[in-house]
Amino acid sequence: MFQFIFRRLSLVIPTFIGITLLTFTLIRLIPGDPIEVMAGERGVSAERHAELSAQLGFDQPLYVQYFNYVSGVLQGDLGNSLVTKEPVLSEFLTLFPATIELAFCAAMFAIFIGLPAGIIAAVKRGTLFDHSVMTFSLTGYSMPIFWWALLLMLIFSVNLGWTPVSGRIDVVYWIDDVTGFMLIDSILSGEEGALSSAISHLILPSIVLGTIPMAVIARMTRSSMLEVLSEDYIRTARAKGIAPWRVIIIHALRNALIPVITVIGLQVGILLSGAILTETVFAWPGIGKWLIESIGRRDYPVVQGGILIVASIIIVVNLLVDVAYGIVNPRIRHSR
Amino acid sequence: MSLLKLENLSVTFGQFRAVDQISYNVNEGEVLGIVGESGSGKSVSSLSLMGLIDYPGKVSADELSFMNQDLLSMPEAQRRKITGSDIAMIFQDPMTSLNPCYTVGYQIIEALKTHQGGTKKELKTRAIELLNLVGIPAPESRLSAYPHQLSGGMSQRVMIAIAIGCNPKLLIADEPTTALDVTIQAQIIDLLIDLQKQKQMGLVLITHDLALVAEVAHRVIVMYAGQIVESGPANEVFSTPKHPYTQALLASLPESAAGKARLEALPGVVPGQYDRPKGCLLSPRCPYATDHCRNVVPDNQGPLERQVKCHTPLDTLGRPAA
Repeated sequence: MFQFIFRRLSLVIPTFIGITLLTFTLIRLIPGDPIEVMAGERGVSAERHAELSAQLGFDQPLYVQYFNYVSGVLQGDLGNSLVTKEPVLSEFLTLFPATIELAFCAAMFAIFIGLPAGIIAAVKRGTLFDHSVMTFSLTGYSMPIFWWALLLMLIFSVNLGWTPVSGRIDVVYWIDDVTGFMLIDSILSGEEGALSSAISHLILPSIVLGTIPMAVIARMTRSSMLEVLSEDYIRTARAKGIAPWRVIIIHALRNALIPVITVIGLQVGILLSGAILTETVFAWPGIGKWLIESIGRRDYPVVQGGILIVASIIIVVNLLVDVAYGIVNPRIRHSR
Repeated sequence: MSLLKLENLSVTFGQFRAVDQISYNVNEGEVLGIVGESGSGKSVSSLSLMGLIDYPGKVSADELSFMNQDLLSMPEAQRRKITGSDIAMIFQDPMTSLNPCYTVGYQIIEALKTHQGGTKKELKTRAIELLNLVGIPAPESRLSAYPHQLSGGMSQRVMIAIAIGCNPKLLIADEPTTALDVTIQAQIIDLLIDLQKQKQMGLVLITHDLALVAEVAHRVIVMYAGQIVESGPANEVFSTPKHPYTQALLASLPESAAGKARLEALPGVVPGQYDRPKGCLLSPRCPYATDHCRNVVPDNQGPLERQVKCHTPLDTLGRPAA
């Protein structure tokens, strides 16, 4: 197992080099530079521009800048934001809980709706339920996130007034930042109504962000279950005279979960990238909104550092998925 | 006493009759062989006995009873109490018939727990006894093995252990040795026959190994295209076949072709959904077929214990009657 994890980790090194190189070059390919953006409409004189460039190190050749950046990263220094002058890492850590909270709720929504829907659709294949689940998930998968967000906002927030439009909690509450997770902090604050306000702010963004993963999980679960249900060992299980639910949950689902777990792991990437759009639409103060704003400000260190951290998280989650795979599937656990 | 009684059992998938009005019974302690080529309805008919035919398959029968209880009209939950305890089944491919995610012990104990119950310790002891009974060495350590760690023969022994766990009165073995090595085949059959004698079970042995049936079965049923074409005591059916199809099956054995350059074979294949003949189902392939055969469906002829579905059953010399 350790050898396996070690092997997987060594594959991560080229991935990291690729990510740093890509973000470093791509952000610099966008027209405009941080100094012009800072100066705004007033503009900046050529001398002042050259002076600031030298101060920020932009006058050096690109490969020197890249080398400086990477050697900083290797020492755990992601640089400081050009705008706020704060370290990128500490900004990230302040904002990350909001994104985690949103992504976690979205993942729960996706798993708790997608998994049962896929199972029932497979068991009742060919029925109206099956067709509805498949149609709904195809629609959900094809729906652009920003449009889906606006649609739900229009219906539930504007027309019906059931949920708030944006933000993490109502402005009347002042919640101390203890853990960074609004659901926990609102409980800790002891203020009446704070928790329900936090929950109601979470509902729409979670649904929006969780829709694509839910659709993928539902479809994957269904096809995986269909395959497993026609296996010989399912016939054996039924021939034992055990209850139908036991055949489905104990014998079929465990085998069907093996590919589904991989897919769930891959959805973490979709959740974090989807968070960028969702957070922007719902004004959710997380890393998605932070990254989008930094791109607008050409805040090079923030964009580079933020993407690097997000990519690392995706890599770690996928590594954990591979480990979880071995727990579910004894054939992998025993082979070396 | 008759354990299992079938009267005009049919299994249909849409328009297609996989099993076409078959009737037979199995007595206590009897070994019944069912033979026939691929697609003749042997497996489907036995799955229908276990209630394992899935939608869109439909099972209908004038009678389907086990120990005088009607299986078709009984509620699902009640039928499941019989399935896996009083009637058990083992399948063709043991390597895929065990769930890869669970240990051997779990899969044996699951059946025991469902039908008999007991404490964890009792169940474990019982599982070890069963593994011992089916000839698995070091059963204590095998309990925690996963199916992928077992050979085909071992897996089939585990399947047998699961099947006999609740002391079934009737065991259905659907081609139990087809997927196994020749050397292992004999061991598994010996084990099955031993257990059958020990426990006085009824055994339905589905196979296309005619020599095996001739050796171990008391009675034999020959199936063709979903119908029973001939039935009777095993030695009689094989020594003096009355149906041209049985005759052709026996002639196709390598032993019958000793000294000949080619094995005997019946031309053509079993009719499918769209090419069912009007008269006797064998008529397109039968060397003795007449116009009467091609146009009129034959009835069962002869006494109940020795029936043949043919207009012109063969005589003792293997020639069609006039």
